[in-house]
Amino acid sequence: MKIIKNNYIKVIFLLMLLGSVTSCDRELSENVEFTTFPTTGEVFEDAFSNGLQYFPFLGSQIDAFTVDTSEKYAGTASMRFDVPAFGINYAGANFPTTGPRDLRGYDALTFWAKGSQAATINELGFGLDGITDENKFRVVKSNTPITTKWEKYTIAIPDPSKLDAATGVFWYAEGAQDISDEGGYTFWIDDLKYEKLGTLGQPQPRIVNGEDRKQENFIGNSLNMSDYGLTQTFNLASGKNQTVTAAPMYFDFESSNIEVARVSETGIVRVVGIGTATITAMLAGVKAAGSLTIVSSGYFPISAAPSEDENNVISIFSDTYKNVPIDFHNGFWQPYQTTLGGETLIGGQNVLSYTDFNFVGTQLTNGIDITEMTHYSIDILMLKKPTDLDLLLTFKAVDGSLQQNRIGQSYQLDSTAPLVHSDTDFEAGVWETIKIPIRPTTETALDKTAINIIIIENIKSSNLKILYTDNMYFYKE
Amino acid sequence: MKKKKEMLKNSVLVHMLVAGFFLIISSCTPDEAQKITVFQELVMADEFDTDNEINADIWTFDIGTGSNGWGNNEEQFYTNRTENISVQNGILIIKALKEDYNGSDYTSSKILTKGLKEQAYGRFEARIQLPTGQGMWPAFWLLGANCGDGTADTEVWPNCGEIDIMEYRGQDPTVVHGSVHGPGYAAGNAITKSYVLENDRFDTGFHVFGIEWSPEYINYYVDDVLYNQITRDQVLKKGAWVFDQPFYIIINLAVGGDFIGAPNAETIFPQTMLIDYVRVYKN
Repeated sequence: MKIIKNNYIKVIFLLMLLGSVTSCDRELSENVEFTTFPTTGEVFEDAFSNGLQYFPFLGSQIDAFTVDTSEKYAGTASMRFDVPAFGINYAGANFPTTGPRDLRGYDALTFWAKGSQAATINELGFGLDGITDENKFRVVKSNTPITTKWEKYTIAIPDPSKLDAATGVFWYAEGAQDISDEGGYTFWIDDLKYEKLGTLGQPQPRIVNGEDRKQENFIGNSLNMSDYGLTQTFNLASGKNQTVTAAPMYFDFESSNIEVARVSETGIVRVVGIGTATITAMLAGVKAAGSLTIVSSGYFPISAAPSEDENNVISIFSDTYKNVPIDFHNGFWQPYQTTLGGETLIGGQNVLSYTDFNFVGTQLTNGIDITEMTHYSIDILMLKKPTDLDLLLTFKAVDGSLQQNRIGQSYQLDSTAPLVHSDTDFEAGVWETIKIPIRPTTETALDKTAINIIIIENIKSSNLKILYTDNMYFYKE
Repeated sequence: MKKKKEMLKNSVLVHMLVAGFFLIISSCTPDEAQKITVFQELVMADEFDTDNEINADIWTFDIGTGSNGWGNNEEQFYTNRTENISVQNGILIIKALKEDYNGSDYTSSKILTKGLKEQAYGRFEARIQLPTGQGMWPAFWLLGANCGDGTADTEVWPNCGEIDIMEYRGQDPTVVHGSVHGPGYAAGNAITKSYVLENDRFDTGFHVFGIEWSPEYINYYVDDVLYNQITRDQVLKKGAWVFDQPFYIIINLAVGGDFIGAPNAETIFPQTMLIDYVRVYKN
């Protein structure tokens, strides 16, 4: 601890020194030695390495992790993780260090692991700094299969030169995602450390999962490249390729036209003008496969403010009315939901912005009583008018009862989900207001006293991938 | 050029030092002694210093698919086109391509010193960066100059002898194999040993692959590491020692075949085998 404090003082002193030197335009002498952090590679061999801490993730089983002296690969102890059964909880934690470490001399995090049964660990990684929410160097290796025998595993560092001051040296998350997924078992990790293997080769970085994607967008909008499939792949000594998801900071992004779109170091793309710009990237000097081309047609259209009397409205999402409390506007429902995004501010207005749309739901904190209401109103914006538009909009009550409604063309002629709005009314880039009648109890089983979920679903799997919604509220005519 | 010569001198010096070191060790542990001969007289070298030229005084080509994919069900068609073999910036480049060509799915190249440079005994070495991926089978090897169909003065394989200085499977990027084939010890029963490169791999940088071949043994090297010695006595336990006559050099990059299996979806094409030099020494 004392050593670490001293280091901070040195850093501050050095910064002051730099300030004074640059102010008189002199260069640093070649003899200046920059402060570096300890190069400790060990994370957990038989005990917590110097400065290692344990922070269970919010909502996880706090005592899922223990130090086990009976099961171990080598030495005297291992890390033991007890994964709860489905429906109980999940196991997950960050293991940051109190002071930064210089990990540039390593190329991988390695460990030995075994399970009480064969299992697939959802997420293993490093780069959660534990101090801020930025997690600039987050790396995740998804779905690592383990067996009941001790085996060695490797998680490659996408670009070690970035880790000159790393604190998040390990994290994991594993839980039963459904009743068929394994839970109620134990896995062990031992000899967890950073190593210079030298056997990682053939890097194949990718953005947008290696695809060349084109996207309509607007001035004032921004997006995060971390939502666009950022990965690094190395060929391991085994000859097998390994892919990890890497944070934007590992990449050097470039915009082909900074008058249209600009990318920050942290991967935030801001649309600043009309035209076309293609975002590409390099990782450690290797060109990443894939690109994101942004076609900006101008300013984001503003949806018209609703005109209903606020006394006749129960608002879910709008800038005009007071909204009821919600849990989320995107539940990231696994395993089938692909929809990314949620609440965002574009050009001064709050909208719900979804990409990779297949279905998405808003969950209210409390069930609301809409017995007095006659309609539900929602504004929808699509950047391109899709063919085969067929959306299913569902009101769901706490007891599971539903009212379902079709928007676009109802291809499946479902009497329980009548067409409420034709697709002929939509225009690309123009907000469309849809008013859905709340049907009488004789026509729908919906329990109108406790509505808590509203789902919008892309039934026809049309080419609609980007969807904006706004001004969602129930009202009384 | 000048630099290269200087480096060569240095590397010879290093070899001598290393050899000296081994001698000291072997004198202490006679049971595990490996006999070392240092062949120092350079008799043949191709440094590949002339762009766009394969020296016809040294190299000839095998073209086509041989019979049964050169006896191993290999999937490539060998050509001498510049698409498959060229010299650029001091490097011989053998490139495996995925393309439909004369009924084959892949093309590549194979060069030989057959009838041009043949020698018994000596140090044979080449500095090579290997390709990567399932189904890549590069090799640097020697075949008895008397190999043939058994008529006249020729012997059929394996009676004519084969010395594999380096073979490699693209799916095992850290491992190379050194072998001899002869009567009683051929194909799957060859006398062979694998070498695992520690903390490095063969497809990301150049490595020197060499043998020192004398009447009594063949020593196998990767860089400055002597990793195997195959002795006459060891061979005689399995069959005849057929390594007293001149051999010629073969360098090729095969695709697929019995030894490694076909390329898979993760194999990236084109793949290249880069050869910086080939050198042959004698006493």
